[in-house]
Amino acid sequence: MGDWMTVTDRGLSSESKTISQYTSEIKMSPSSLYSQQVLCSSIPLSKNVHSFFSAFCTEDNIEQSISYLDQELTTFGFPSLYEESKGKETKRELNIVAVLNCMNELLVLQRKNLLAQENVETQNLKLGSDMDHLQSCYSKLKEQLETSRREMIGLQERDRQLQCKNRSLHQLLKNEKDEVQKLQNIIASRATQYNHDMKRKEREYNKLKERLHQLVMNKKDKKIAMDILNYVGRADGKRGSWRTGKTEARNEDEMYKILLNDYEYRQKQILMENAELKKVLQQMKKEMISLLSPQKKKPRERVDDSTGTVISDVEEDAGELSRESMWDLSCETVREQLTNSIRKQWRILKSHVEKLDNQVSKVHLEGFNDEDVISRQDHEQETEKLELEIQQCKEMIKTQQQLLQQLATACDDDTTSLLRDCYLLEEKERLKEEWSLFKEQKKNFERERRSFTEAAIRLGLERKAFEEERASWLKQQFLNMTTFDHQNSENVKLFSAFSGSSDWDNLIVHSRQPQKKPHSVSNGSPVCMSKLTKSLPASPSTSDFCQTRSCVSEHSSINVLNITPEEIKPNQVGGECTNQKWSVASRPGSQEGCYSGCSLTYTNSHVEKDDLP
Amino acid sequence: MNFSEVFKLSSLLCKFSPDGKYLASCVQYRLVVRDVNTLQILQLYTCLDQIQHIEWSADSLFILCAMYKRGLVQVWSLEQPEWHCKIDEGSAGLVASCWSPDGRHILNTTEFHLRITVWSLCTKSVSYIKYPKACLQGITFTRDGRYMALAERRDCKDYVSIFVCSDWQLLRHFDTDTQDLTGIEWAPNGCVLAVWDTCLEYKILLYSLDGRLLSAYSAYEWSLGIKSVAWSPSSQFLAVGSYDGKVRILNHVTWKMITEFGHPATINNPKIVVYKEAEKSPQLGLGCLSFPPPGAGASPLLSSESKYEIASVPVSLQTLKPVTDRANPKIGIGMLAFSPDSYFLATRNGQLCRRGCCLTPYCVLWPQV
Repeated sequence: MGDWMTVTDRGLSSESKTISQYTSEIKMSPSSLYSQQVLCSSIPLSKNVHSFFSAFCTEDNIEQSISYLDQELTTFGFPSLYEESKGKETKRELNIVAVLNCMNELLVLQRKNLLAQENVETQNLKLGSDMDHLQSCYSKLKEQLETSRREMIGLQERDRQLQCKNRSLHQLLKNEKDEVQKLQNIIASRATQYNHDMKRKEREYNKLKERLHQLVMNKKDKKIAMDILNYVGRADGKRGSWRTGKTEARNEDEMYKILLNDYEYRQKQILMENAELKKVLQQMKKEMISLLSPQKKKPRERVDDSTGTVISDVEEDAGELSRESMWDLSCETVREQLTNSIRKQWRILKSHVEKLDNQVSKVHLEGFNDEDVISRQDHEQETEKLELEIQQCKEMIKTQQQLLQQLATACDDDTTSLLRDCYLLEEKERLKEEWSLFKEQKKNFERERRSFTEAAIRLGLERKAFEEERASWLKQQFLNMTTFDHQNSENVKLFSAFSGSSDWDNLIVHSRQPQKKPHSVSNGSPVCMSKLTKSLPASPSTSDFCQTRSCVSEHSSINVLNITPEEIKPNQVGGECTNQKWSVASRPGSQEGCYSGCSLTYTNSHVEKDDLP
Repeated sequence: MNFSEVFKLSSLLCKFSPDGKYLASCVQYRLVVRDVNTLQILQLYTCLDQIQHIEWSADSLFILCAMYKRGLVQVWSLEQPEWHCKIDEGSAGLVASCWSPDGRHILNTTEFHLRITVWSLCTKSVSYIKYPKACLQGITFTRDGRYMALAERRDCKDYVSIFVCSDWQLLRHFDTDTQDLTGIEWAPNGCVLAVWDTCLEYKILLYSLDGRLLSAYSAYEWSLGIKSVAWSPSSQFLAVGSYDGKVRILNHVTWKMITEFGHPATINNPKIVVYKEAEKSPQLGLGCLSFPPPGAGASPLLSSESKYEIASVPVSLQTLKPVTDRANPKIGIGMLAFSPDSYFLATRNGQLCRRGCCLTPYCVLWPQV
């Protein structure tokens, strides 16, 4: 209908402002006199009501206001305010009833509207708070969503990186494997190449060797030879044998014999070892059985099973033992049986030991004495008792010893002297034994010494004989050489030649003895002459020399034997010759030994002729 | 240890006689035989050229002097100094020479390993063996002197021939499964022959006396392999020393490894006794200030002694890193020796350089300087 416009009266500026808070668009009727505002949703303010109400209708414009109102109301559907008009020109009378009804209607409407307005406002508030809540939730969720999206992106990124790395590592691995394979191939190829080259070179080399060999063999080098003084005998002293088929067969036989011996020896060793080991196993088994079987006497609930098995095992094993010993322990089955039975026993023993351990721990914890378990206290008591017994026994022994000693010492003087004599006698006898031993040793020593001296004498005699032979031989030589030569030079020469020899000292006419038997050695008693010293004055004046030897017997006088120059120079018979007088002082019985000093004196005396042949 | 006065020696040629009574040493072209107890010279022989190798015969009656440059071998007798024997290989040349176990045959290896000539001192016979292998240990005799094993190579394959030493008859001839045989050695009981391959491949083969292959053993592949091998005197164990510095012991029943010894640079185990050799300072008495001043090697006052003192564990042995890109590097177990009762094993590891000595029930370490 009409546009309601806000007319800003100067006087009503403040009210209009406040009212305009609540209204959206308010248009006023063109009548400027009326400042009319319709409050959409407002509780009529008491302050503004009066002024407002008085502003619409004044005493001046009643008719106009009533017509205006009527117009408005009829447009709204209310009945008209005027009474039913009789004619057109007459002024319509105000229908008060209608007016009151309309007012009531309007009030009711107003109330309804107010209620509705309240409801709507509360709902509005509720919705507003809901919306706030929802908005905040929404924003939070949005944030969460953001963060989770970011996380996901981050994780995806990491995953991607790791996958990249993984791929790169795989790649590296593959590369390395390829390289290894390649290198192995290279090595293999090089090896084959190398072998091939080696074979080629070897063939060439062999060819060269063959050629060289041919050349060497063909050359028949006379230089290749062995120059040996004399052939050496074989190491085993036997002669060499020809190579035949028989020897080949023999060699084969020997080789096989050696091999067989070695194998047999080794087998023996292994059998011995085997037997020993089996013995050990058997022993172990027996001991284990004996360890476990005493449990039979003390049946316990816990151990019933094990004892049962032990008993059965013992019976079993006894049977097994007999069987095993019969079969010589070499069959597979027997071996298996033995090892199985030992394993069984070992298991039983182990379980037994474990049980004992448990019991011991229980005893420690609970501290009660099981009848079968020897508690520590009992054990200690027993040991104390035994120690006491030992002490007592020791004391008894000591006292007995003392008593014995007393008995021994508490005898009369006679007995003591007798005892002393006994001791002395003992000592005397011992001394006698030692003395006899000593004497025997002395005798042996004497005997040895005598035999030694005999041997020395014999050696001396032999030497003399040899020397004599030699001298005779030389003489012969000399004879042959110098028959008419004069003596001086020869003598001198001979003298020097012979004086140079130390054996000249011991010129013995042993060789002549068979010729001069009767007088050379008067009696067969041993003569000892070991060291003979002599001085040989070279007497060139003497034309001849003679060897004089003497074998002096112990008891006889000195025999001087002269070899006259008659033998040397048959011309000069009766010539002078030097004698040698040997004086031998030798006493074989002397304790200092058989060394004798002889002095020789050369005398130019007449020849004492013996009856020489 | 006490040391005697110093005697002149050339080419490290110095050997005790097998019966332990004499000591033979070489000075240039002279052979000197001394008595072991008094070190007095008993015999003096003169050879025709500089001696490269001497060897006693097994019965200690003869000494062989080999002169490789002239291709000559001279044999001297101890019983009869005037006896002489000269073997001239002439144009065939001489590379190695050794006695047979009966002491009456001499085996000469000619140049280029063309053949082995067996000269007999008892008869006029001469035998030839063709195609011997040129390796470190190609000839080995059994301890009782009955058999000789010889490594051969024909047509690029390795063979082993077993001869009977009494009449030099060929007993067995078989090929071996090796690439390049380096050494052969009889067990002391004479029934098993150990054959090992070149250092490029770790392989050791065991053959019975009649040529059957008993077993083969290989510890690892690709790296450098066996360097030295030793039998225990009872023939029960075979010790194999390799370039990786370890000794592996094989047993004679199964020919499998029973134990393995390493040679660590530091010794921490308190159960090991370490002996360190320390040289005692020379003792000078008051009488040393005498005229004329003592000549070199003649003075007993300057005799050096060394003694062994026990070092406390842990001991670290000095090691030298050897050059590995050359052939025959100085690494690995170079020397192995069992004690006569098979209780101890002495080993020399090429890497360790300080003198030291460790005793464990089965391992004695003598590092090389």
